[in-house]
Amino acid sequence: MSLAMSLLRPHRRLSLHKQIPTMTQISTITGPALPLTGNDIDTDRIIPARFLKSITFDGLGDHAFEDDRQQMNGAHPFDQPQYQSARILVVNRNFGCGSSREHAPQAIARWGIQTLIGESFAEIFFGNCVAMGVPCVVAESEAVRQLQAAIAANPEQPFTLDLSAMTVTYGDTVIPVTMGDGPRQMFLHGTWDACGQLVAQSQEIQATAARLPYVAWA
Amino acid sequence: MSHGTLFDKVWDLHTVGTLPSGQTQLFIGLHLIHEVTSPQAFAMLRERDLSVMFPQRTVATVDHIVPTENQARPFIDSLAEQMIQELEANCKSNDIRFYNIGSGNQGIVHVIAPEQGLTQPGMTIACGDSHTSTHGAFGAIAFGIGTSQVRDVLASQTLALAKLKVRRIEVNGDLLPGVYAKDVILHIIRTLGVKGGVGYAYEFAGTTFDAMTMEERMTVCNMSIEGGARCGYVNPDATTYEYLKGRDFSPSGDAWDEAITWWDSLVSDADAEYDDVAVFDANEIEPTVTWGITPGQGVWVSEAIPVAASLPESDRVVAEEAYSYMGLDPGTPIKGTKIDVCFIGSCTNGRISDLREAAKVAEGRKVAGGIKAFVVPGSERVKQQAEAEGLDTIFEAAGFEWRQAGCSMCLAMNPDKLQGRQISASSSNRNFKGRQGSSSGRTLLMSPAMVAAAAVTGSVTDVRELL
Repeated sequence: MSLAMSLLRPHRRLSLHKQIPTMTQISTITGPALPLTGNDIDTDRIIPARFLKSITFDGLGDHAFEDDRQQMNGAHPFDQPQYQSARILVVNRNFGCGSSREHAPQAIARWGIQTLIGESFAEIFFGNCVAMGVPCVVAESEAVRQLQAAIAANPEQPFTLDLSAMTVTYGDTVIPVTMGDGPRQMFLHGTWDACGQLVAQSQEIQATAARLPYVAWA
Repeated sequence: MSHGTLFDKVWDLHTVGTLPSGQTQLFIGLHLIHEVTSPQAFAMLRERDLSVMFPQRTVATVDHIVPTENQARPFIDSLAEQMIQELEANCKSNDIRFYNIGSGNQGIVHVIAPEQGLTQPGMTIACGDSHTSTHGAFGAIAFGIGTSQVRDVLASQTLALAKLKVRRIEVNGDLLPGVYAKDVILHIIRTLGVKGGVGYAYEFAGTTFDAMTMEERMTVCNMSIEGGARCGYVNPDATTYEYLKGRDFSPSGDAWDEAITWWDSLVSDADAEYDDVAVFDANEIEPTVTWGITPGQGVWVSEAIPVAASLPESDRVVAEEAYSYMGLDPGTPIKGTKIDVCFIGSCTNGRISDLREAAKVAEGRKVAGGIKAFVVPGSERVKQQAEAEGLDTIFEAAGFEWRQAGCSMCLAMNPDKLQGRQISASSSNRNFKGRQGSSSGRTLLMSPAMVAAAAVTGSVTDVRELL
């Protein structure tokens, strides 16, 4: 089953407590996109530390990019009316660097984003997104800039990420994208939430532990 | 594809199997948890009716939200109190060792695990905190993870991962006086970039690292992540073993001899193959200060803030953003930049040797007028040791505040925060926009000795002039 996305997204208020789907095969995601330009955007900017003072991820969607948005006084893409139904976030270089806080991709996902396209992603951020079922794909710098310009020119236009073909398509334009084969297979086979698979190997895990000398020292 | 490195050997020894996706299922030898990134993971376990598979291989402490002045319970901040209570409850119900405030063993997770001998060569170590790379100083493969992965480690003691490439970063020669481990790693990040390490483990090698103490190696490995590398390590040697011998969780008796033999066997082979090599000369490194909004935006204290045209084209956009946010002009010397707040502490530079170096500068001097300066020991043990050596007296006599252990203003999840556009000289690891608790606050990263120098002069100062 592919996760075919409707162009209509519930109103933001309704999405706050939306459960992120688990164990679903993810092959295509279609919807309007949002361009967020800038290199080295760190996870402190995505979700400032004061919003980490909670024992749940609830409500984080409201605070995605909180400080950047306040400083831009309504001009931040996450505040601009034409992007309020966006499902695809298009970013530049080294997005999500810094702190390992999963609160950052949780905030972005709870705002309504289901996939990211960028020039490059920081590794821990990328891994957090995989574990949440949010694919991050990489495109050439020029292609990313072209995508961001196309979105700005026509924010209503739907874009489609296809993880089987490894393309992003809009209108007649097709852009090749890449992702490591391991994560890609996890999305295509619906195993991006690895927890069950990992736990199922308990005998092999015990055997590995038994081979490690330090396990016996402790 | 690397071959014969410590990374390869430890990875292979911890491989449980290959998952259908092609990723490796990797056993995690030591799992460290704290109050910020674990509560949701425990909730996920409860939702799925899973238990902790190896509770004895997880160790918890509280560090991020800890107040450093008034630690009386309940905390004044009710959200912070809720977080510590949740951790206490989760550790109790899952039989996980927890080092609470006042136990004598509490502190920043990356300070307490090494000081107790929990961190050992050849281990795989994970924690829901990007600075887990610190533990690589012992020849462990240690990396930060997110909360869903904390759940995976609790449930299975394993993670689904793709193997990293290995870059050998060789630094040779003696560091000049007034130049510290912090300057070495800031120089490496400045040169290789904040994303240069993505996809790599960094092996720090060469005579400069050979000569470093364990605490200096920890400072270097700690900031691997600021260069994009999820983990960084130094091969274990006599310095490592000397540090570990006799610590609470270090092997003892026959196991100690067995351990040394095993640890030696893990050291990268002389003919190991690397995916990449970068070589630096220690002699050329000077005290370094960041001027911008990423840890890669650093200059020697003798240099000026670079003009955009002098930077690689791909760095210019962030440079322009940094000039604007920091309110600093390109072409202006960094030395002399006025400071408002001085912070000594963090998992990068909150250990006893860091406090000693800063105290040498502070001793007999006074914090400049209008400057707020404070010292936050990395752990309760560091605090106790520093007090036994009289460092607290030196700092307080100079006008620094002497606080309780915690992460404090590195990320400002506790009451220690910058106000408005204040500018800090900070021994921490990140100068991101808003990092230190004010959405317009500004951070200059530097070594603890340089922070002390800034405190007593009121502006960015070359510490070598005060030594």
